Amino acid sequence: MKNPVNALKQTSERYKTLDAKDRKKFWIDGLLNNAIYIILVIFLIYTYMKNSNIASASSAVNLLNLVAANLPMALGIGGCIVLTGTDLSAGRVVGLTGAISASLLQATTYINKFYADMGEVPIIAVILLAMLIGGIVGLVNGFFVAKFQLHPFIVTLATQLIVYGACLLYYMSNGNNGQPISGLSDKYTNFVKGTILPKIGGQSIPNYVIYALIVLAIMWFIWNKTPFGKNMFAVGSNPEAAKVSGVNVFLTTVMVHTLAGITYGYTGFIDAARIASNTANSGQNYESDAIAACVIGGVSFVGGTGTIGGVVLGVVLLRIIFVCLNYLAIDQNLQYIIKGAIILLACSIDMRKYLTKK
Amino acid sequence: MESDVLLQMTDVCKSFPGVKALDHVSLTVRRGTVHALMGENGAGKSTLMKCLFGIYFKDEGTTLLEGREVNFKSSKDALENGVAMVHQELNQALKRSVMDNLWLGRYPTTGGFIVNEHAMLQETKRVFEELEIDVDPHQIMSTLPVSKRQMVEIAKAVSYNAKIIVFDEPTSSLTEEEVEHLFRIINMLRDKGCGIIYISHKMAEILRISDDVTVMRDGQWVDTRPAAELDNATLIKLMVGRELGSQFPPKTNEPGEVYLEVEGLTAQYSALKDVSFTARKGEIVGLAGLDGSGRTETLENIFGVATRHSGVIKLGGKTVKNKNSRQSIKAGFALLTEERRATGIFGIRNIRDNTVISSLKKHLKAHICLSEKSMHEDTKWAIEAMRIKTPNQEEKIRSLSGGNQQKVILGRWLLTSPEVLLLDEPTRGIDVGAKYEIYQLIIDLANEGKTVLMVSSEMPELLGVCDRILVMSGGRLAGEVDARTATQEEIMTLAAKFA
Repeated sequence: MKNPVNALKQTSERYKTLDAKDRKKFWIDGLLNNAIYIILVIFLIYTYMKNSNIASASSAVNLLNLVAANLPMALGIGGCIVLTGTDLSAGRVVGLTGAISASLLQATTYINKFYADMGEVPIIAVILLAMLIGGIVGLVNGFFVAKFQLHPFIVTLATQLIVYGACLLYYMSNGNNGQPISGLSDKYTNFVKGTILPKIGGQSIPNYVIYALIVLAIMWFIWNKTPFGKNMFAVGSNPEAAKVSGVNVFLTTVMVHTLAGITYGYTGFIDAARIASNTANSGQNYESDAIAACVIGGVSFVGGTGTIGGVVLGVVLLRIIFVCLNYLAIDQNLQYIIKGAIILLACSIDMRKYLTKK
Repeated sequence: MESDVLLQMTDVCKSFPGVKALDHVSLTVRRGTVHALMGENGAGKSTLMKCLFGIYFKDEGTTLLEGREVNFKSSKDALENGVAMVHQELNQALKRSVMDNLWLGRYPTTGGFIVNEHAMLQETKRVFEELEIDVDPHQIMSTLPVSKRQMVEIAKAVSYNAKIIVFDEPTSSLTEEEVEHLFRIINMLRDKGCGIIYISHKMAEILRISDDVTVMRDGQWVDTRPAAELDNATLIKLMVGRELGSQFPPKTNEPGEVYLEVEGLTAQYSALKDVSFTARKGEIVGLAGLDGSGRTETLENIFGVATRHSGVIKLGGKTVKNKNSRQSIKAGFALLTEERRATGIFGIRNIRDNTVISSLKKHLKAHICLSEKSMHEDTKWAIEAMRIKTPNQEEKIRSLSGGNQQKVILGRWLLTSPEVLLLDEPTRGIDVGAKYEIYQLIIDLANEGKTVLMVSSEMPELLGVCDRILVMSGGRLAGEVDARTATQEEIMTLAAKFA
């Protein structure tokens, strides 16, 4: 680990050796490379001046909840990006697994029950099923990417459509006729949104924050402490060299995508109860936020780089921006434009570091 | 004679972060002559040419073209002013046709925006006819052999009607016949009054084709002399800056019993056919031959990264499968690949990740968790044993020099405890000092009883380091020579046997 004090010392010593022109470049580079953080700070101060409610406990807990809800998927997609790939199917997998979770965990007393004759299903079985379905979609993605060297963009674009179709069919099945699936059992809602943690500033913390922390810990372990994690970075950095070095590139690629799929399945299970309004459009475009968060957090599309901490930071930063936009009461339509601009800016700043200059 | 000077580069300097690549280099090219530029890898020849050509910007110095100062801003600028270059690495649009490549960036047009295919075809045919090049202008570039692609590149340079044409190692992928063809083209250009700058390692070629020779070493100008006054020995001395004798460490290894047996090795997707040989413990066996003669393919097929059609590999009398790199590593093989950047290093990862990637299983605790401590220790061992120059283990490997990168990869392989090392061009792109260290490491490995198979394009290197040299030609084994007694001519004759 780098010692920040030493690093600062080294930087200041290096700075002393620079001439005027290089010093100017040093500052400009510093500004540009950290532009996203600088903008964020300015943005926060501006929001606070306009609406001081942002500095409240409820605002902080809200942010924490949003981060917890979005983090697992970003961690999954992050792996795909480390392999220079991507995953466009994520949001639709959330939609499908959410629908399945909700339909299996409706209150037994609910009138419009999806499976009218089914008794109570154990929650643990449903969460495993959701992760299994997500994992299978990921496995298919990974298989086509690894076996036929198809670009993940194409593969996941295709599976996105397939999963969406399956989701629509599911909503039409069992006489449901495309209606939203609601009337979730209290057990399920409590499992996700209930709280076992003490309140912070009068605000209760839902259980899914704890689950997100568990997912975070598992993913950190996988990325940093297992041969699979090391292999993932090697394949992302140079697949040919990885192959020669004895890395099973095929298996690694399939596993990264499968792992990502599992996180989508998990997110589907959580979101079905968290948002509690399950339609065929649930989960739509989730992947764009997750990809943006990864890139903002330094998981680069050049492949082979990125850290779990970076993904967390990216998710937090992106959520802060969205929360600020809400506090500023910015028009929803305009928010899309701002989101888009931020993603473009973040990606440009990231790639700028890798541009080779002569 | 002053009016005869076509190009004059004076006191050119160029620095890269941490390296002074060019240090007050001067070069004078006369009209109607071939000027050879010589020097070892990293001597600064290519850098000098890139400064001329506008790919790099020189820090200091002047360039006069026909007495007029020029400073090209891009290669397009250079080409339009009569300076063309045949690059060492072919940068071609492989999925496009020969014709498209030839006129890339300057398509003849009708009305300014419609590409005139007909004019393009006629012009291409005219240029090819003039240069006696036999290539179909419509053929897709990637379907041509490298040598033909090289000829297309030469035709392209000529088609600019350039006054100065730079050839950067043009013969490295050409057959003998094609080299003759190239020389005819060069002589034709010389007679037309062009100035040719010819970069090559091959001394026989240089002495034959060139009028003047400039030698560079470590980014500095060493000497410029008429070719007629030079011979091999003088050239080497100028290039290396010392006598050749100390180029290789003393050979101390003693070959033991036969360990590796390869029988009838034939590749599925390349020309490799029926290669059989044996190698002993503690023996360094060289693989010589021209580019594409099957040397690399032999190693790749033994290691299982290329698909084998048939053939048996035995280690200590027992057949090993080696169907993929994982099986081969388990069996005790290691492969140092030819293209370090493309298939060797993980540029963006640090030295530790690069070192332990092939031996991760060793560092597992409880079958699941990698131990940072043991990975750190192994990397420390590799850095010390290979004498890798780096401030720490967290340094990204791409910031190291080529020689140090190669040592990291060698360290990576030694950590898998291999018995057979397959080394493909282990010293390519490495400076002289580091080469010596790599040779020493190879000989040390043989001393420990390892079997080493080493591919190299540099014959002195094979003769200096190996015990035995297998010569390949056209995908087959053409013969075997004793490294202590063989001569370069002997090897060249064998290399041409099936070519």
